[in-house]
Amino acid sequence: MSREEVLVSAAWSEENLDTPGVVFVEVDEDTTAYDGGHVPGAVKIDWKTELQDPVRRDFVDRAGFEALLSAKGIANSDTVVLYGGNNNWFAAYAYWYFKLYGHDSVKLLDGGRKKWELDGRPLDKDVVRREPTTYTAQDQDLTIRAFRDEVVEAIGDKNLVDVRSPDEFSGKLLAPAHLPQEQAQRGGHIPSAINVPWSKAANEDGTFKSNDELDRIYGEAGFDGSRKTIAYCRIGERSSHTWFALHELLGHGDVKNYDGSWTEYGSLIGVPIELGDGKGN
Amino acid sequence: MSLDGCGAPQQGVDIAVGANEVVLSGKVKSAGGPVGGAFVRLLDSTGEFTAEVVSSPEGDFRFFAAPGTWTVRALHRSGNGQSSVSADGPGVHPVEVAVA
Repeated sequence: MSREEVLVSAAWSEENLDTPGVVFVEVDEDTTAYDGGHVPGAVKIDWKTELQDPVRRDFVDRAGFEALLSAKGIANSDTVVLYGGNNNWFAAYAYWYFKLYGHDSVKLLDGGRKKWELDGRPLDKDVVRREPTTYTAQDQDLTIRAFRDEVVEAIGDKNLVDVRSPDEFSGKLLAPAHLPQEQAQRGGHIPSAINVPWSKAANEDGTFKSNDELDRIYGEAGFDGSRKTIAYCRIGERSSHTWFALHELLGHGDVKNYDGSWTEYGSLIGVPIELGDGKGN
Repeated sequence: MSLDGCGAPQQGVDIAVGANEVVLSGKVKSAGGPVGGAFVRLLDSTGEFTAEVVSSPEGDFRFFAAPGTWTVRALHRSGNGQSSVSADGPGVHPVEVAVA
């Protein structure tokens, strides 16, 4: 898949804010960010209340996704351009989610809110209203989603790519360093996983590194392109960013995102866990 | 913060710091005034990215780190800047970053 099919630049985006058939969608971890100013014409999706089942720890089902996109005024034929904060963490999560339910044309705004803001591009607070549609989703594409049993079976077989920070990987921290430390019952990583923090795939301004740089980074970390791959982090959004890099930019064919990630795996009874930096130290 | 999020808590408000927590806390400034909306990155002693938050309207930021020497780097449309801070143990370690 070419980079141009899955990424758009901030400059392209600004030129296409009013292009019919192109819908900008903001998805932030900080779900108040949109309200303080958003890309003109963009609609907001709240990942906590609109992409998550309100009771079970799971996604909204197919009918729920159809209802959501219909209410947002997104048609099956639209090109959806996703962007957000945290270097596009949750925009990448939403991108993977749109792919999970079979949306045909979806792209990431390279660099997300960060690049947009650093460029000084316009933001506004206008309320965006789009005419409702009748959206039809597909069944979940489980070729891109991994569940816990498959992850356990993948130990020592598939590429397991842990995209958290080195201190989370080694078990020193249970959460990113900008958060209070809580969450999973145990620290560490899945045995045989390699540690390639998501941030290695991004430039300082939040845009993705070139394919040559990405190939070098994953190759030097021990990624084996001939193997199937599962990426994970803590709750599945940073690993969506890496899934995007591996599957959408580099074109590796069999790459799954494990959205249960460490908050699930690190709380399971009896599964193997490895501590340390994974290099025998 | 709860299981369902990965975003930073509100920056610049008082928080309870646990007995074993290493907290780096400070402000982004420009010409002496606070800079809100800056992208503040925490880099470890090898320069590796560890975390990022957006400074509050008052320029405040905070990281929960491990003991060690850290670089705090701020990016803003008005300019960039960075500072180092040594956090040798639990507690709140102040740091200020000027962007220009």
